[in-house]
Formats: sequence, C-alpha cells, structure tokens
Amino acid sequence: MIGFLIQRVLQALMVVIAMSIIVFLGVYAIGNPIDVMIDPASDQALRAALIQRYGFDRPLIEQYFIFMNNMLHGDLGESFIYRLPVLNLILSRLPATLELALTAMMIATCLGIPLGLWAGYKPESLSAKAIMGFSVLGFSVPSFWVGLLLIMVFAVELGWLPSGGRGPTTEVLGMNLSITSLEGWSHILLPALNLALFKLGLLIRLTRAGTVEVMSSDYVRFARAQGLSEGKVVGLHVLKNISIPIVTVFGLELGSTLAFAVVTETVFNWPGMGKLIIDSITVLDRPVMVAYLILVVFLFVMINLVVDLIYGQLDPRIRVKAAS
Amino acid sequence: MSDAVLRVNNLQTQFQTRGGVLKAVDGVSFEVACGRILGLVGESGSGKSVTGYSILGLIEAPGKVAGGEIILNGKDITRLKGDAMRQVRGAQIAMVFQDPMMTLNPVLKIGTQMIAAVRAHAKVSRKAARVKARDALAKVGIPSPDERLEAYPHQLSGGMRQRVAIAIALLHSPAVIIADEPTTALDVSIQGQILAEVRRLADETGTAFVWVTHDLAVVSSLADDICVMYAGRVVESGPAADVIASPRHPYTAGLLASVPAEHEPGTKLPQVPGSTPSLANLPQGCAFAPRCAKAGPACTTTPPVQHFEGGRTALCHYPIEPVSCQPLSLTSTTYRSAS
Repeated sequence: MIGFLIQRVLQALMVVIAMSIIVFLGVYAIGNPIDVMIDPASDQALRAALIQRYGFDRPLIEQYFIFMNNMLHGDLGESFIYRLPVLNLILSRLPATLELALTAMMIATCLGIPLGLWAGYKPESLSAKAIMGFSVLGFSVPSFWVGLLLIMVFAVELGWLPSGGRGPTTEVLGMNLSITSLEGWSHILLPALNLALFKLGLLIRLTRAGTVEVMSSDYVRFARAQGLSEGKVVGLHVLKNISIPIVTVFGLELGSTLAFAVVTETVFNWPGMGKLIIDSITVLDRPVMVAYLILVVFLFVMINLVVDLIYGQLDPRIRVKAAS
Repeated sequence: MSDAVLRVNNLQTQFQTRGGVLKAVDGVSFEVACGRILGLVGESGSGKSVTGYSILGLIEAPGKVAGGEIILNGKDITRLKGDAMRQVRGAQIAMVFQDPMMTLNPVLKIGTQMIAAVRAHAKVSRKAARVKARDALAKVGIPSPDERLEAYPHQLSGGMRQRVAIAIALLHSPAVIIADEPTTALDVSIQGQILAEVRRLADETGTAFVWVTHDLAVVSSLADDICVMYAGRVVESGPAADVIASPRHPYTAGLLASVPAEHEPGTKLPQVPGSTPSLANLPQGCAFAPRCAKAGPACTTTPPVQHFEGGRTALCHYPIEPVSCQPLSLTSTTYRSAS
C-alpha cells in the first residue's frame, strides 16, 4: 500500500512538473504584459524599469527556474493587476467554486444514480424511457442556454429565486460559505442545478448501462434464486458492481467542475475561480493564469489518486497487494 | 410415488419471439421424492435448464410458464408471484448454477453473500446468520469455514466455489435443490468429490435433488431416476439403472451408444446423426423422427406416452424391446445409495 502511494505521488509529481513547463512556455509565449500594464504614453525608462522588475529581460529558461524556485517556497508570484499574492487571490475565490461544484455533484449523484438504477432495472418501462430521454437533453443542451432559461423562469417570471450573486456568507473554518444559510441556498440552487445537469445526464446513462449488464449476470440470478428481495438484489449485488465506472466519472467530473465552471459562474455572476481566470486571460495576468492552471493539475492528480484508492475498496480483485 | 416432494405436471414454458411462440418446455412431467436424486438429461437446447428455471419462477420476459402445475409439498406454486414466490425460493426450493466462477458476486465477501441469503428467510441477527453460514460451509466439507467467510470468491478454487454455492442452497434446508449442470465447469476429480458430497447430503438431510446435466456418466453414477429430454419433452423416464441398462427410446439408446467409455479404442464412435432441431421449426409429430433409425410412418403423428413395467415410460411409437443383457457400467465409481 505504501509502495503504491509513493509510486502514485512520484507519478503525480512528474505530471505537475511537465504541466508547469507546458503552461509556463505557453502562457509566456503570448503577448507582452508590459503593454497591458502601463500607459502606452509612458517613457522608455519606465518601461525598462518595469521589464527589469518583473524579470522579463532574462532568458526564458532562467525565468522558469526562478518561477519554480519561488513556487517551491510557496510563492506563486504576484498578480500584475491586483498587486496581490496570486495564491491568496485564488484561495479567496476557491470556497465559492468549491461549494458550487460540490452542491452540483451532490445533486447529480443523488438524482442520477437512483434514476439510472431504475432505468436499468426496468429498461422497457415508460418511466425508464422518459428518464433516458431526459438524460440525452441533460448533456446535449448547452449549459449557458439552460442557465439563462433557469434565470428567465425562476428568477424573472416566477420570482422565486435570485438571478445571481452569492448572497450572504458566513465564515466556516476560514472559508466564506453561503450554504450555511437559507438565503445562501436560494442563491446557490440555480447555478448548482445548471452545473449539475450535464453530470446528471452522464451519471444516469452510466448507471443504467452498468445496471442492465449486471442484472443479466449469473450472480444476480443466483441471488434471486436464494430468495433475496429485489431491494437487496439491487442494493447489495448491483450497486457495488457498477460503482467503479461511476466513481471514475465522478472524480473526473468533480475535477473539471472545480476547474471549469466558468460558463455557469459567468451566467450567474458567481464570484468563483472560473470568473477569476477569465478576467485574468483578458488582461494577460500571467501569474494568475499559471498558478491557476498548476492548481488545477494538482487538483486533478489528487482526485485521481483518491479514485484509485477507492477502486481497491470497491473491487478486491484490483486491490493492491501489500508491498512485498 | 405418492411421497413426492416435488411434482411437475405437464409443464409448458414458452418464449414469445418475433418468429412466433417457442415451446422450450412442452408438457414435461416428473416427480422426485425425499432424499432422491433425479437426473434430467438432454442435449443443449432440450429445455432441461429452462425446466429448472421455470420451477423457481425465474423465467424472465419474453418467456413465461404457460401451463401445467408445479406442486411442492402438496402446494401448487405455479402461479405464485412476487413476494409469495420469493419466500419459496431459497427456503423451500434452492438452485445451484453451472458456472461457479459466475454465480458468486466477485466484489462481495463470501460471508456477506451468505449472511444476506440467511437473512432473506430468517429474522435473525447478523451474528446468528454468520454462525449458520459457517455451519453450512462446514457441512459441505469446506475446511476452516471461518476464514472462508472472510474471503472473496476469486480467492477460492472452482470446486470450492461450487461447494459454497451448494452450501448457500442448503442454508434453509430446502425440500428440493435444482442443480443446473453444477459440475460441468469443474475438472473430473473435483466433480467426483462434489458428486459424493451431494449423494451424502441427499441421504443425510433428505433433500431431493433435480440434477440437470448432459453428462450421462454423471447421471449413471449419481441419480436414482432419470428423465431424458429432447426438444422440450421428456422422451424417456424411469429408474436410472434400468434406463441405462436397457433404454426403450431410440434417442436414449443413441446417447448411450455415443459414450466413449463403452467402446474399444480405435473403433469408430457411433453418433446420433443430425443435430437438435430448432425450437422454431420442429418436425411434425415426433421431434426425433428425422434422426431416428427406427422411424416409421406413424412418427408424423405425436407419439403416445408408453408405460412399461418398473415405472418406466417412453414417448415413442416404436419403443425398443427390453434387453436382458448385463447392465452397462459407465464409470467405475458409483455414488448411488445402497437402497
């Protein structure tokens, strides 16, 4: 187990390093931030001073090593625009995205798995066909359009829920969260629903496909021959067997929701990381872009590591042997 | 036999397909008494497995039991549905399947699966269920049953897994266990052990077995009675030793003649010519007639059930005359009880 962990952490490290090079080169190859940062009318001396201050006069490889060295010391640089440490900037936006993404995943999981199970359990029934039809809509309708529609219906026409923003937040464990109050929930519901729709469609289809396959297996037949109730057959025998692909997709989707909830955050004016990165790209705020992308890589790597560990718990046949 | 625990009477199981109705089981009748083993023999597609599933009410759409009765301990269970049938399954009739690699859930511990099976019919604590599961494992000859409860199926050998499946079937001391080719996937030495175990269990617990198989050697050494099935019908039935010694139906005779053990090495093995007919396209009258050397003009009409002495039957217009030669021995070992 320890050996497996070390191996995975080393792999993760390689991914982070490779990614940092790609991101650094890619981001530094576009445009000149000095042009954006200072008044075009300012004189050459000021330009030169700024270029030197940010180290743009040095060779690219040297800039990279300075950047990496700083990163290892926990310093991801300072935003050109906000004049704040990048890490603080991103972390201040993280809770908003975190609670939005987690709420969306909760909605998708709590609805998607039961609906998928039902659709797979009675694939010929009318309700199953309706569920499958809905799931196709779920991941084929563009999310910005659904977002606008949700605002139109629930915020503008019915007036039940606010159209955007985060509402009041309370500080929990140093993070500002809005899901602690009812008012906050009314703000998060629409964007979370919007974000959940695609994942919901995906989880329904995935769960259904697995259920259909497992329901026709010999061990389900054997379980029925033992007189197990249908609830037990599904809850005990089916659910655990179909959970591996579900956990995989859950992990990937959680990562991508955390990283790329941009569209929903924009439509609902949600002050999360997605909005931050879009703003930074517009103004060529390099440190924010680089730090953000590296953070995303780190998130994905961590989530996948957890997913790998869960596999072993779910299926004993792929459980890693103790280091021998 | 009036003391039959399971009596199947004129069972009809049909599958609705695009090409019409397939009669997978067409008027099958048999009975099995306490502690006896009935061998249900036939080729693939003869309807023997479907018969087993029908008895447990495990036929899934588009199939259905269209007629006949299944009497268990004097109670008609043919039309039981839902929870009423669930309470019969596993408690009064249990089933063991062909492939032990597939019948146990690969991601659940043996113990978890057995405890669920115990608690499906008995309102007991998990602890009590565990004790019962362990005892059942011990009863089928599994060494250190406590450790086996903690194991996953892939950690056990095929023979061990089949023993676990049999132990699960035995948990609630059912009146009847239907075994669907349970030793086909095992190698011969393990098969021998399992057969001996089953014979012992039938004798000791009084459980009746319906042993579905295509292997005549297994039947001849294990079963008390035989039903030979062909194209969804029982073509011959009777005490196992008598049927094997002197088959009355040409199909049974053909099957017995094609067992390699009976022949000199190097000589050509007789076969039953042709192949099993498709259920969608059965010949008129006797389904076996096109492959039968003894077929005559009457065979285009449905053959009658002919009753012979010793409780034997054959579904044939021209049954083979009994021979008075010495009984054939298909295997050197016999698991039949002395009675």
